[in-house]
Amino acid sequence: MKFVEKIKADDKLDLVCRMCPLHLLEPGEKLACLKEGQVLEILTDYDGALEDIPSWCEKCGQEFLGIEEDEDCYKLYIRKRK
Amino acid sequence: MEREVYLDNAAATPVRKEVLEAMLPYFDKYYANPSTMYKPGLEVKKVLDEQRAKVADLIGASPEEIVFTSSGAEANNLAVKGIPFAHRKKGNHIIISAIEHHSVLNSARFFERLDYEVTFLQVDEFGFVNPRRVEELIRQETVLVSIMHANNEIGTIQPIQEIAEVCKSKGVFFHTDAVATVGNIPVDVNELGVDLLSISGIPLGAPKGTGALYFRKGTRIMPLIHGGIQESGRRAGTENVPGIVGLGKAAELAKQDVEEWSNKVKALRDRLIYGVLERIERTRITGHPEKRLPAHASFCVEAIEGEALIYMLSSQGIYANTGSACASKALKTSPVLVAIGVPPDIAQGSVVFTLGRSNSMEDVDYVLEKLPHVVERLRAMSPLWKQEAA
Repeated sequence: MKFVEKIKADDKLDLVCRMCPLHLLEPGEKLACLKEGQVLEILTDYDGALEDIPSWCEKCGQEFLGIEEDEDCYKLYIRKRK
Repeated sequence: MEREVYLDNAAATPVRKEVLEAMLPYFDKYYANPSTMYKPGLEVKKVLDEQRAKVADLIGASPEEIVFTSSGAEANNLAVKGIPFAHRKKGNHIIISAIEHHSVLNSARFFERLDYEVTFLQVDEFGFVNPRRVEELIRQETVLVSIMHANNEIGTIQPIQEIAEVCKSKGVFFHTDAVATVGNIPVDVNELGVDLLSISGIPLGAPKGTGALYFRKGTRIMPLIHGGIQESGRRAGTENVPGIVGLGKAAELAKQDVEEWSNKVKALRDRLIYGVLERIERTRITGHPEKRLPAHASFCVEAIEGEALIYMLSSQGIYANTGSACASKALKTSPVLVAIGVPPDIAQGSVVFTLGRSNSMEDVDYVLEKLPHVVERLRAMSPLWKQEAA
């Protein structure tokens, strides 16, 4: 697991309180609205997302930048690659 | 029976003709599950999204700020439970008014069992919440304030904007139960300034079993029903597609005519209120005489039992209620009437008339003709009335 700090995101997706498989559905929709190279920040309190989102990025050709632990949730960062 | 006059439209309404027509194809022709990925399912999903937009449009919201529910009660539960659960770290204090609907009251009481502290805010003799009092009661740990837009038993419309301003300035979520208002008066979430707002299909002329919760974009809320991806993960379970189509159609119609209907029905309400007060001595209106729902007339008739009055009116073809339909069989003094300071013996004589789209001035005149006789007969049998007369 790659931990990161202070990444500047271009958009945010708050999935706190929402469970599987929302974390695999909504990032795609949100990334579709971003330009290539822009960064999406995903907030989630679902532990499964820590494995699922990096795998999803690999399958979908997006770049997983890493994770930051916040007080009440995880922040996962994805850079749009296509 | 000379006539039948239905005056319990807060409890149930007939489904509007256009609403029923819109719903029918979704029982048999367009029955696919909207979560599926094949053509019929995707078509139904598109229809659901259209209904979401219509409901949002009625209250000035965005479609993504609407969650469909099975009722106004579920919407209230989702708000009053979903916010404290999602924001546990912020605090464990909830403020509601003492005259909330049971779906808010009991959701708050549920949190008392989880060691939250609930403040039941007192109201004045008209049922008004004082926004300054809300301000005084909010503290660091307060996570939610829930005050109903209008009360279903006494009709009083609360100063929601002012309360919303207080909550916003203090950084506290504010929910309003707008079940009694959406469909009866124009409602705009941005004008009100609320974070969450509950809707029921009933006052809109949509079928029972329909409702929605508005939540301001970005508001974290814990779902009550966990499962699939429906409602963006906020309310699982295959959607009640015909019901939602009905709610959407009813919202579309209300957007067009709610203001006109509101003004029209006020004339009926006022004739009923002043007619009753004029014809029946020792009767008082409950709630505020003007700042009240346009289709709502509620009274306490001294020295009689409300249940007996409802029964006798029913024999004359007049169908009304003693208070909230949800609590009408409890045979307990209404907590709403107690909260506004009506003495318990007088609160027993509570009667609530809620007008609907099918009512006419002739209906009101029929009530004004029959009600005094019914009250007279009941008072003739009442030991309380005889005692006082002696």
